[in-house]
Amino acid sequence: MAELSVNGQQVTLSDDPRTTLLDTLRELPGFTGTKKGCDHGQCGACTVLLDGRRVNACLILAVQCEGCEVTTIEGLGEGDQLHPLQQAFVRHDGFQCGYCTPGQICSAYAMLEEIANGEPSDVTDEDGVRLSRDEIRERMSGNLCRCGAYANIVDAILEAGQREESPS
Amino acid sequence: MTNSASIGQPLDRVDGPLKVSGAATYAAEHQLDHAPLVGWIVEATIPTGRIKALDTSAAENSAGVVAVLTHRDSPAQTPFGEPDDEGRFTQSRAMLRDDRIRYHGFPVALVIADTLANARHAAGLVEVSYESEPAVTVAGEDADEKPDELDGGLDADVSRGDFERAYGDADVTLDVTYSTPNQAAAAMEPHATIAEYDGEELWVYTSVQLIGPAVQVLANTLNLDPDKIRVLSPYIGGGFGSKLGLHNEAVLACLGAMHLERPVKVVQHRRHVFHNAPHRGNSVQRIRLGASRDGKLQAIGHDSFMPRARDYAFAEPTGASARTTYRTDALLSRHRVKTVDISLIDSCRAPGHSIGSLAFESAIDEMAYRCGQDPVAFRLANMPDKDPSSGKPFSSHDLAECLREGAAKFGWDQRESAPRSHERGRQLVGYGVASTIRINILVKSTTRIRLSDDGSLIAWANMTDIGTGTYTILTQIAADILGLPAGQVQIELGDSAYPASCGSGGSFGAGSSGSALRDACMKLREKLVDIARKQESLKSADFDGARFERGKLVLGDKEVPLTELVRQSGHDYLEVEGKVEPGEEHEKYSQHSYGAQFAEVTVDRDTGEVRVQRMLGVFSAGRILNHKTARSQLLGGMVWGISYALLEELMLDERYGAFVNRDFAEYHLAVNRDIPEVEIHFREQPDSHSNPLGSKGIGELSISGAGAAVANAVYHATGVRVRNFPITLDKLLEHLP
Ligand code: FES
Ligand code: FES
Repeated sequence: MAELSVNGQQVTLSDDPRTTLLDTLRELPGFTGTKKGCDHGQCGACTVLLDGRRVNACLILAVQCEGCEVTTIEGLGEGDQLHPLQQAFVRHDGFQCGYCTPGQICSAYAMLEEIANGEPSDVTDEDGVRLSRDEIRERMSGNLCRCGAYANIVDAILEAGQREESPS
Repeated sequence: MTNSASIGQPLDRVDGPLKVSGAATYAAEHQLDHAPLVGWIVEATIPTGRIKALDTSAAENSAGVVAVLTHRDSPAQTPFGEPDDEGRFTQSRAMLRDDRIRYHGFPVALVIADTLANARHAAGLVEVSYESEPAVTVAGEDADEKPDELDGGLDADVSRGDFERAYGDADVTLDVTYSTPNQAAAAMEPHATIAEYDGEELWVYTSVQLIGPAVQVLANTLNLDPDKIRVLSPYIGGGFGSKLGLHNEAVLACLGAMHLERPVKVVQHRRHVFHNAPHRGNSVQRIRLGASRDGKLQAIGHDSFMPRARDYAFAEPTGASARTTYRTDALLSRHRVKTVDISLIDSCRAPGHSIGSLAFESAIDEMAYRCGQDPVAFRLANMPDKDPSSGKPFSSHDLAECLREGAAKFGWDQRESAPRSHERGRQLVGYGVASTIRINILVKSTTRIRLSDDGSLIAWANMTDIGTGTYTILTQIAADILGLPAGQVQIELGDSAYPASCGSGGSFGAGSSGSALRDACMKLREKLVDIARKQESLKSADFDGARFERGKLVLGDKEVPLTELVRQSGHDYLEVEGKVEPGEEHEKYSQHSYGAQFAEVTVDRDTGEVRVQRMLGVFSAGRILNHKTARSQLLGGMVWGISYALLEELMLDERYGAFVNRDFAEYHLAVNRDIPEVEIHFREQPDSHSNPLGSKGIGELSISGAGAAVANAVYHATGVRVRNFPITLDKLLEHLP
C-alpha cells in the first residue's frame, strides 16, 4: 500500500502497480479536481505538484509516490480563500469550460517558482530569467486549452507573479 | 454607482471559484453513495462487416471483471437510426445490438470491472475476429449525393441569376479548389458518463450540450419511457459540437447499468474519443469567382464535396460564407456528399462558416490580387445590400464598418500590397485580412423562476454552460431586470427535470435562453407591480415610472422591498414561466453577426515555419451581454482559427477507415506559445430584430474567418498560396527564396 500525503492529508493509494497517480486521485472523493485529458502526458490537465515540482500525474504510477507529498488544485488555497493565482484566473477569465484549469493553475504555481529559482527555458536570453509574457507562454505550452484561453492565462499568471515578486 | 451585475458588465464568471478550485463536478466526477463499476470500450478494428467470432472467456475470468457486455447479452435496443424522421440527435444510437460493425472503433464489447485498471487490462483479452465487407472510407470530389438538407435546415443548392453566363462573361475569373482535412473537436474533457438504473428509472450523469434530445435518444435507443430518464450535465469540459448529441460511452454506460442494475461509469479514453465521438469531415471546395475589371463581383460559385457518415444525416453547409458575404449578380452554391463507413461526422464549432470561410475568404483574397486591388478595398467594394442567397434584407449589417475600423486599428495602410514585400532578417513578414460572418439563430426556449420571500431568485432551465458563460450571463439578465444583487440570483442548469431550453450549440444559447429568462423576469415584474397596486399606501404612487432597483420596486419617491411584495401575495414565493420562440423577425430578415480579422505572420525562409505575430479582430454581435466572457469566446475562436489554419489534421488510413493520429502528440492543437498578442474590439449595436435582448451569437463568430486571415497573411509573406489545409511548413518550403 502506498501511503502519501495529498494536500497535507495522509492517504492510502491503490497498490495496483498499473494504476497511475492520476487515476487513484480521481477515485478519491474530494480529489477529482485533477483532470484527465489525454492519459499520455500530452495535455497537462493532470498537472499536480509532487514534492514541489510539477508533474503529469498520468505519467506517474501511484506506487512510485510512496512517502511523497502531493499538492493538487484543492490544496492551493487556504480554506475558502482562493490562492492569488486562482483569483487571478477568475478575474482575467483564464478559462472557459474550466476543464484544463486545475492543471493550468498547478502548472503556473510551479512555473513561477522555476522562474524565481532562475531555471532557464527555451526563450531565456543572456540577461537571465525574468518573468515575462514570453517566458510564461513558453513554460505553459505543456498545458493545452481547447477553449483557447491562452492570452487570458498569460495575463492571470503575469499579474499573480508580479504580485508575488513585489508584495505591496 | 452602476450595478456590476448589469447586462453587459464584465462580471467575473459566477462558476469561476468552483472551476479554479477543482470543485466543479464534471460528468465522471459525480459522487454516488457507492463507487460505480468501471467500463472500458473494446473497439472494432475493421471499418465494416460482421463479428465472426467473439471470445470473452479470458476477459470474464480476469481479476475484478463483473461482466463483459456484447451483442449476445446486452439489453434490447431499437435498431440504429430509428426513428429517422426526428433528426440525428434523437435517432437510436444502438450499439452492441447485433454483430454488425458500423465503422472502425465501433464498440464490440464493454468490459465492466471493479477498477479502471482491471477493466482496461481485461479489454485487451477480448478476442474478436471479423468478416470484413468492402468499405467506403474516402470522399472527395467524387461525392455526388445531394443531401435532403444541410445542417440548420439550409437548402443543399442555391442558385440566383445565371451563374454560368455571368461567370463566362466576367473580365476576370478564378477557378480554384481548396481542401480541408478531417478535424477533431478535441474538447479537453473526454466524453464521460455514469449511469444508474434501479429497474425502473435511469439516471445519467454525462457531458452533453443538448439535454432534451439526450433524454429522447436514450428513450428511443433503450425503449424506455422518457419520463423515467433523468439526464444531468451541470458542468461540461468543452463541447464544440462533439457533445451536441449523446455519444457512445453514454449508451454503453446505460446498457451496462441496465444489465447489472448497478451504477456503471464509462469514460472515453482520449484514443477512444477520435472514433467514439463525432468529428468534422474533410471538405473539397471548388470556388469560381467572376468580376469586372474594376473589381465588382459578378459571379460566385461554390461547390462543396464532403463525406457523410452512413445512416447519420449530417451535411455541413460549407457554402454558407459564399452565399451571404458579398454582393454578386449570380450565385451558385451546391453541396454534395458521399456516404462513408467511418465514425460519425457532425457539427464542429461553426459548422459551415468555419471551414467554409477558410476556403472562401482565401479565394476572395486571390481574386482581390487578381483584380489588382487591395484585399480590404476589394471586400469593401463588394458589400451586399441584401442577402445574396435569399434576397431578404439583413436585420443589420456591419461588415463594412468592421473592416474599416479593423484596418485602421491594425495599421493596414503600412502594408505594401505586393506579396513578399516585407522582411525581418531571415523572416518573411505578411499581413492578411478576412471578413467574418456567422448566422444568428433563435431557438425555442423556456424557463421558470422563483422569487422567495427572503429576496433570493432561482431560475431553472435544462440549458447547459459549456464554457460559454451561460451561468454568468443568465445571472446578469435576472439581476439587471429585477434589480437584485448578483449574489441573490441562483441559476440552475444542466438537468432534464428543468424546463426545456435550447441547449448549447449554434451560438444560439445566450440569446435564446437569455430571452426566455428575460420574458420570465418581465412577467414577474408585472406580477409584483400588480401586488403593489393593491396596496393602500401606494395608491397615489407613480406606477408609470416603476423601476426595480436594490431589491426594491421604486415608484417615484415611494419604494417597497420585493420581499414584502412576495409576502403580501400570501405565498412564500412567486413563480413564473418565461419563453421565447423564433417568429416573424427570423423569417423576414437574414440575421448574422459580423467581424473583420487581421493577422501578421512571419515565415522562416530557411524552415518554412509560420508564426503568428499578432491578431486583431473587430466584431459586431448586437448587444454584448458580458464583455469579459464575450471577449473570451472571440479569443477562443481566434486561437482555433490559428490552430486549424496551421496545425490540425486528422489523418485517415483509407484501408481501415481509421484515424491514425489519435492523440495530442500527433493531432496538433495550438499551444500557448503559438498564440500571439490578440486584440479584440466590439462594435456594440443591439439588433432590434435578433431577440428581445438585442444580442447575437458570438461563440462561433471569430472562428469563421480567423484561419483565413492567417492563411492570407502567409500568402502575403511568401507569395505562395497553399490550397490544402493545414498550411504546414512542408507545403511552403520548396517555394521559399
Ligand atoms: S492527462 Fe496527463 S497530460 Fe494529459
Ligand atoms: S478552459 Fe476549456 S480547455 Fe481550457
